[in-house]
Amino acid sequence: MKPAPFRYIAARSLDEALAAKVQHGEDARFLAGGQSLVPAMNFRLAQPTVLIDINALAELGGVRRDAHAIRIGALTRYYQLEADAHVAAHQKLLGEALPHIAHPQIRNRGTLGGNLAHADPASEMPALVLTLGGRLRAKSATGERWIAADDFFVGALTTALAPDELLAEIELPNLPARTGTCFMEVARRRGDFALMGVAATVTLDPDGRCLETRLGYCGAGDRPLLATEAAASLVGGNVTASDIDAAATLAQRAIDPSGNQHAAIGYQRHLAGVLTRRTLQSALLRARQSAGHA
Amino acid sequence: MTTRYFGAPVKRNEDRRLLTGQALFVDDVELPGLLHAALLRSQVAHARIKSIDVSAARQRPGVVAVYTAEDLGAYWQPGPLLVPPPPIAGIVFNQRCQVPLAKDKIRHVGEPVAIVIADSRYIAEDALADIVLDLEPLPVVVDLEKALKDNSARVHDDVRGNVAAHVRQTKGNYAQAAAKADHIIRRRFTYDHGASQPIETRGVVAKWDGRANQLTVWDTTQAPVFIRNGLAGMLGLSERQVRVIAPFVGGGFGPKIMMFYPEEVLVPWIAMQLDRPVKWIEDRLEHFFATSHERSQIHDAEIALTKDGRILGVRDVFLHDTGAYDPYGLTVPINSQCTLLGPYVIPHYDSTFTAVFTNLPIVTPYRGAGRQHGVFVIERLMDIAARELGIDRAEIRRLNLIPKDAFPYDNEIIYQDFAPLGYDSGDFEPILDKALAAIGYDEFVRGGQARLREQGRHVGIGVACYVEGTGIGPYEGAKVQVQANGKVSLATGIGTQGQGHFTSFAQIAADQLGVDVRNVDVVTGDTDQFYWGAGTFASRGAVVAGNAVNEASLVVRRKILKLASEHFECAEEDLEIANGEVSIVGVPGRSVRLGELAVKANPMRGAVKPGTEPGLEATAYFGPPGGTTAAGVHAMMIEVDPETLTLEILKYVVVHDCGTVINPLILAGQSHGGVAQGIGNAFYEHLMYDTQGQLLNASLADYLLPTALEVPRMILDHTVTPSPLNPLGIKGAGEAGAIPGGALFAQAIEDALGLAQKGVELREIPLSPNRLWELLNPDAAALGEASPS
Amino acid sequence: MSNERHTIVVTVNGQRYAREVESRLLLSDFIRHDLLLAGTHVGCEHGVCGACTVQLDGLPVRSCLMFAAQADGHEIRTVEALASPQDEFHPLQQAMHDAHGLQCGYCTPGILMTMTAFLDAHPSPSEPGVREALSGNLCRCTGYQHIVDAVLLAAERMRGAR
Ligand SMILES: Cc1cc2nc3c(=O)[nH]c(=O)nc-3n(C[C@H](O)[C@H](O)[C@H](O)COP(=O)(O)OP(=O)(O)OC[C@H]3O[C@@H](n4cnc5c(N)ncnc54)[C@H](O)[C@@H]3O)c2cc1C
Ligand code: FES
Ligand code: FES
Repeated sequence: MKPAPFRYIAARSLDEALAAKVQHGEDARFLAGGQSLVPAMNFRLAQPTVLIDINALAELGGVRRDAHAIRIGALTRYYQLEADAHVAAHQKLLGEALPHIAHPQIRNRGTLGGNLAHADPASEMPALVLTLGGRLRAKSATGERWIAADDFFVGALTTALAPDELLAEIELPNLPARTGTCFMEVARRRGDFALMGVAATVTLDPDGRCLETRLGYCGAGDRPLLATEAAASLVGGNVTASDIDAAATLAQRAIDPSGNQHAAIGYQRHLAGVLTRRTLQSALLRARQSAGHA
Repeated sequence: MTTRYFGAPVKRNEDRRLLTGQALFVDDVELPGLLHAALLRSQVAHARIKSIDVSAARQRPGVVAVYTAEDLGAYWQPGPLLVPPPPIAGIVFNQRCQVPLAKDKIRHVGEPVAIVIADSRYIAEDALADIVLDLEPLPVVVDLEKALKDNSARVHDDVRGNVAAHVRQTKGNYAQAAAKADHIIRRRFTYDHGASQPIETRGVVAKWDGRANQLTVWDTTQAPVFIRNGLAGMLGLSERQVRVIAPFVGGGFGPKIMMFYPEEVLVPWIAMQLDRPVKWIEDRLEHFFATSHERSQIHDAEIALTKDGRILGVRDVFLHDTGAYDPYGLTVPINSQCTLLGPYVIPHYDSTFTAVFTNLPIVTPYRGAGRQHGVFVIERLMDIAARELGIDRAEIRRLNLIPKDAFPYDNEIIYQDFAPLGYDSGDFEPILDKALAAIGYDEFVRGGQARLREQGRHVGIGVACYVEGTGIGPYEGAKVQVQANGKVSLATGIGTQGQGHFTSFAQIAADQLGVDVRNVDVVTGDTDQFYWGAGTFASRGAVVAGNAVNEASLVVRRKILKLASEHFECAEEDLEIANGEVSIVGVPGRSVRLGELAVKANPMRGAVKPGTEPGLEATAYFGPPGGTTAAGVHAMMIEVDPETLTLEILKYVVVHDCGTVINPLILAGQSHGGVAQGIGNAFYEHLMYDTQGQLLNASLADYLLPTALEVPRMILDHTVTPSPLNPLGIKGAGEAGAIPGGALFAQAIEDALGLAQKGVELREIPLSPNRLWELLNPDAAALGEASPS
Repeated sequence: MSNERHTIVVTVNGQRYAREVESRLLLSDFIRHDLLLAGTHVGCEHGVCGACTVQLDGLPVRSCLMFAAQADGHEIRTVEALASPQDEFHPLQQAMHDAHGLQCGYCTPGILMTMTAFLDAHPSPSEPGVREALSGNLCRCTGYQHIVDAVLLAAERMRGAR
């Protein structure tokens, strides 16, 4: 299991990386944490002819916070996110999901940007960024643009990034007041990709009624999915157990899992129902706690 | 005999090298001019080879040679039959052994077709893509029952119905017993074992030294002496010209003893052809196809009982998947057949199996070696019987245990070692009692479980019994030698893969020779250090080689005493050996160091007297008259999430009797490791094939080995019934931990979820959350929502 | 296809090495076969088994999922750095010996490189914490119990020594 030959370019600046990508186009790949790309190359499932190593580009790292959002450099590694004070204080959902990704050694290398650009539909982070209404900043030699998470994930292992574009930054808007979040997944072993994973956010109005709910899924289709109808069904009410059951049923219908060696489609759908209920219950409880209603 | 080390938790001699990264494993062998091999392996399971074109590969820069079956000439031969079929009346056995490179026909995915030798493994892999293979696909044989049909495709063109073997063994007369039974239970069970997946894959390095006329082979084998002998034969060399070294080996668990793997045949020959050293290291992807597995059996079993739960007899008819070839004979299915009888009195037994060729990789023993399958069948039958007869599941087991005064106990049928299946010694009831007490069985069934259920917790217990025939022949040997520096050197022919042989053998010798255990240097697995031996399999290393060490040490001890008595001009009875010296009892200051005696035993002047030999050295062999029978009970408490069907092990108890214990620390480690593999087999690991013989999960990301989070802390206890078949009283312990896992999981999950009330029986292994969901929701599963495999 | 070579300078176990490597050479192969530090093992080459774990600038990582060229300018520690064959063991090596935390020993170097870093960061770990940290290293022999015992024992001794 040795990779096929390729040319290795250790980019010293973002401009150099972007220029190299223009020059080599689709045959070239950025190398971030390498935790998805290198295994694929060792199996010779991926055989890029050029690798542009972006690991030295400090401008792609780091977590910043402004009044509206936290902004995460694409090269920020999972372990840095796990230890980050902004993330811990303001994006607990991320903190809850990170330990489900692989194992410590892989989290020491893997990057958020690499993960999102890889766009594995079973991966936790795409579903989270989608649920949190994130935006992604793409850069190319000729300019940059923001892409909404909704538009970023196009299919299995496919994103809206053009061949000359690099994912530079991820922006996660601050959660409104009185919001509770929860992430849960079922995997065969801890650290395995999810057979089904659900992220839920519940925002309450000052009277304790549901103002907004978002439900995001990984392992539920060819890309991360939102169950918008299910989420909307809770808005305006007090969110009773039977409301949650009804929403879970709607969510089960909204998703489109394809089954895999470890989970039949029906089992995945079943899990989606169970986890929708559980994450909603927990997010609701947390929202009530943060609103002082608990 | 003093008992200073024997039985003590002595820390291992081999650890320092392993902990500091200094231990030599096969891939660590570096030689000047080393070349690297990669094999082109078939992507399809069954096909006729129309042509192979390797010309482009030969042209690639850095490629030194490429060989196909044609290029091997007369060297191309099917491998030997490692274990011939046992002498059972009416047996059918069709010997079809694997070949070094496929010629004419391919019989499983991963079967090698060509081998590339290049300057690096990277280039060798590049060249594999240059080879053009033209194949005519053939229908694929995967399903055991369909394989037997007349109209099935044939794995071997001349074997009708793909029957590799057919064996019937009986004890008493089952039909008569069944006629008198109050209750008969019939069920179908399927049990799929899996792949051993040692963390070190296989590997072979070979070097031909033309000046010395000597071939040296480093091999991850569990049986270096057999490899040496076989290679010498194939290569037209004498055994003395071939040295096989199994250095540190990173886990074996059975499959590292399959003989001969194609690479073991090819790499030494190529090294001689090219007169260059050659290395082949199996990668993890290859390992899924190129190393043998243990897989499926389908049992149609029947048990006849009295209404108060006594077993009258068992009948079992089963199919065994042997894969594309059967070089290991019938060891696995015979183990299943024999081990099914377990610790119970089963007066009448009628067991028939058919081993079936399939277009899948070869099946050879993997830790447990078919015993899991048999244990699963009898333990599940006991559970069903308990339920149908309204008897407690622990009680029905107790009721049927072979009583303590019935040993030696004769089960009459023939075992894998060709001897009748006899249990040398045992006392099973205390094992069961200890296990039940440790898991808290009584409290649990008398209300504990119900109370937990009221709290919404779905907790269940499993209890499973087993016996394990271990320590079989033919023999092992050991050479023990006192060196001039006072250290003891000890060599045996078996290979070692982490079982602590360096230490347990040293303990035995150290006690006999009165030296510090750290001053015994053990060499295993180097055919130049010890010439004869069989190998590490069937939990036999400690039993057979350990006793040989003991015998050889005893002889050396006698030589020491004799020489010292001449030295001191005193009677041997007045001497004592301790702390590396011999002294006269009660006479302080009168002592001589063992090293000095060793020098004296090899004098520069004077003659060695007729009938004696120089040196303080002895070689001895031990061949047990029959296998020893270890026994045990495992009990496990689990909690199942009734919605997601995932589970957590709350408590795991192992109570085991493997006779006298040499080193409790090492024994505990063997039990822990076995249990972890049993857990993997029962609930995580599954070789998933599609109908085309393609493995769907050939990576460690999808073939799920348990991690530290899946394996719980275990509680170990043991009882000791020494074996009368060897002077040390020991029985094997290497495989036991892995054996009852499947039976435990099925029982505990049924118990936790109250499946009996729902009319669901778990009659298959491996299980998984998904499989449980399918069994609980047959309608949804049937609606095309089931898994693709 | 382009397959050029790069000159890299890497510090391994405190020693600087300047070497020329092919782009595609895996860091694991470089450490084992170029630098002849064979204590780092390879079990899967797809990031799952953990046998190849080394410390890169102090953090445990999979050396099979990096190219040697990427290590240019970085610092690597392998099992050989923990104790030389004659020296005293690292407390975790000692505890692994005392608690019988290894059988075939093939997984051991990766476990040492993972768990020594863990112990530095977590001087008073819980058993679940140890198991979580260990979950990225597969061991097929021990069933993990004695390894967990060894890590807890080492933690205790290291606290005592502080
Ligand atoms: C054993 C194991 C278990 C794992 N388990 C999980 C799991 O449970 N859940 C999970 O989500 N993941 C898991 N992963 C994958 C891991 O999360 C990867 O780190 C991640 O998917 C990719 O991030 P990376 O930084 O390593 O990217 P790389 O592997 O370097 O790159 C991945 C892809 O993204 C491209 N790319 C990288 N960065 C950029 C960028 N900035 N702009 C544009 N393109 C870019 C690359 O060219 C490549 O095509 C596992 C990996 C392993 C080895
Ligand atoms: S060899 Fe690197 S993780 Fe297995
Ligand atoms: S000790 Fe053998 S793999 Fe861990």
